[in-house]
Amino acid sequence: MLDSLNSHTRDIAFTTPLTLQSGAVLPAYSLRVETYGTLNTAKSNAVLVCHALNASHHVAGVDEQGNTGWWDNMVGPDKPVDTNVFYVVGVNNLGSCFGSTGPTSINPATGKLWGKDFPVVTVEDWVNAQAALADTLGIAQWAAVMGGSLGGMQAMSWAMQYPNRIKHCVVVASTPKLSAQNIAFNDVARQAILKDPDYATGGVPRSGLSVARMIGHITYLSDDDMAEKFGRDLKNDALQFKFGTDKATADFQVESYLRHQGEKFSSYFDANTYLLITKALDYFDPAGRFDNGNGGDLAAAFAHVKADFFVASFTTDWRFSPARSREIVAALIKTRKRVSYAEIDAPHGHDAFLLDDARYMGAMKAYFERIAGSIQ
Amino acid sequence: MSKSANKQLNTKVTLRPDQKYVARWVQPGSRVLDLGCDDGVLLAYLRDEKQCTVLGIDRDDAAVLTTMKLGIDVIQQDLESGLALFEDNAFDVVLQLETLQQMRRVEPMLAEIARVGREAILSFPNFGYWQHRWQILQGRMPVSKTLPHQWFDTPNIRCATLNDFADLAANCGLQVKDRVALHQGQRVNVLPNLRGSQAVFRFGK
Repeated sequence: MLDSLNSHTRDIAFTTPLTLQSGAVLPAYSLRVETYGTLNTAKSNAVLVCHALNASHHVAGVDEQGNTGWWDNMVGPDKPVDTNVFYVVGVNNLGSCFGSTGPTSINPATGKLWGKDFPVVTVEDWVNAQAALADTLGIAQWAAVMGGSLGGMQAMSWAMQYPNRIKHCVVVASTPKLSAQNIAFNDVARQAILKDPDYATGGVPRSGLSVARMIGHITYLSDDDMAEKFGRDLKNDALQFKFGTDKATADFQVESYLRHQGEKFSSYFDANTYLLITKALDYFDPAGRFDNGNGGDLAAAFAHVKADFFVASFTTDWRFSPARSREIVAALIKTRKRVSYAEIDAPHGHDAFLLDDARYMGAMKAYFERIAGSIQ
Repeated sequence: MSKSANKQLNTKVTLRPDQKYVARWVQPGSRVLDLGCDDGVLLAYLRDEKQCTVLGIDRDDAAVLTTMKLGIDVIQQDLESGLALFEDNAFDVVLQLETLQQMRRVEPMLAEIARVGREAILSFPNFGYWQHRWQILQGRMPVSKTLPHQWFDTPNIRCATLNDFADLAANCGLQVKDRVALHQGQRVNVLPNLRGSQAVFRFGK
């Protein structure tokens, strides 16, 4: 661990049962958290970082396995979310597979792994668990809750579920709800897992999981980005005139790359977690509770929000396009909330939220300096 | 919307003379939208000195960043796509300074300004300024402090005089409350359309 990050990883156990949106009850659970920086005496400098589909509590720094945190370019000393100023909390969500209670942990009722019996969790459930975490850490109000993509949904949900417990909400490359196309991609990924014979027999559906990852990965990149990275470059010198599933039989570089990504992913990610998290994505729709005959009233969902918002999107993100972020901005403005919005002209599609871009990083830094200025 | 809560980022801002001129027209405590807010300093001034609730719009990355650094809320957007984000009469004052002359769709822009603001303040380079007229008489497109670009690289695609603009604004539902010609930030009272390099209009509706 880097000393300057003051990084600490720990598991926090909760014994108060958590009632999930589905009605299921988790009698007890544990969350793995990683923290950076130092909580000030007023406990007013805490920032919660929410992760997306395949990330975890390990946000910044290099862990014991040598893995760099997924938002290491964003969080750290002198970085946009400056750990010299903020106490940053990364948390692995319920149902994930990186240390918090999920399908890969033991179900106390049976003494066996939860596996496919782990209950469906929603964004709102995650936020409730994160609120229990905040209680344990003694954090009455976050200086900010932030996240990209699915993480941005959690940040938004915090502002709606616990309006008094969040001062700033930072939502990057996100959406107020998935489109039919988004859900369609998710379901193709899920079906790849569910229809893998290994899944039905209780084994590890590596083939299904790797196909699911390949599908997902395509939606994270822009057409231009793929053209630039791979074009129609061949893996070998000539076309092979045959089919295959491994890297060696790939004709094109893009095939080889995706197969590699799928393979790698299926070696460490849990299939049930993939099912659960894509379901949480599909179900998120805070506006849906406020029927206006037109897909739900997002402004009504934001009516009681007290947080100030910073929303950012990327022009080449076709998964959660800028238009979806503008829906969030419009609803906030309609209800007279404070909001800033940056639309970054970056070439990297949805993945841009994880990458370095001077305009993106500059805007994030400026906004977090504003937050820093408002901390007592 | 930034209110005076953001005092922490106060850097004493310096306004241009024309910004100073229009700032006095903004009532304390107003809800202000600035279309093409540039570096955000006028909004910072209105927030800090007049306790206004302010919001800026700009499409330019650098402008968005400098405005954010002042702790001012800003929406990154091209004004050509309209003001659909805002409801009718959402603002007490809509500002658009030295921006209109760069817009392709001027009439829809003015109609949108009239829709979302109770009052509007606009400024643009006065094409009727004597130096501009003189250069045209000499057979050249005007280049001056207020129109600093050459004809082939100017972002200023709309060339209007004080008199031209008054006619158009009336057609867009804006009532002229004040029309002023400025030169170097000072009001020109004698032969304004000839001696003023900058046109400033204040509208009600």
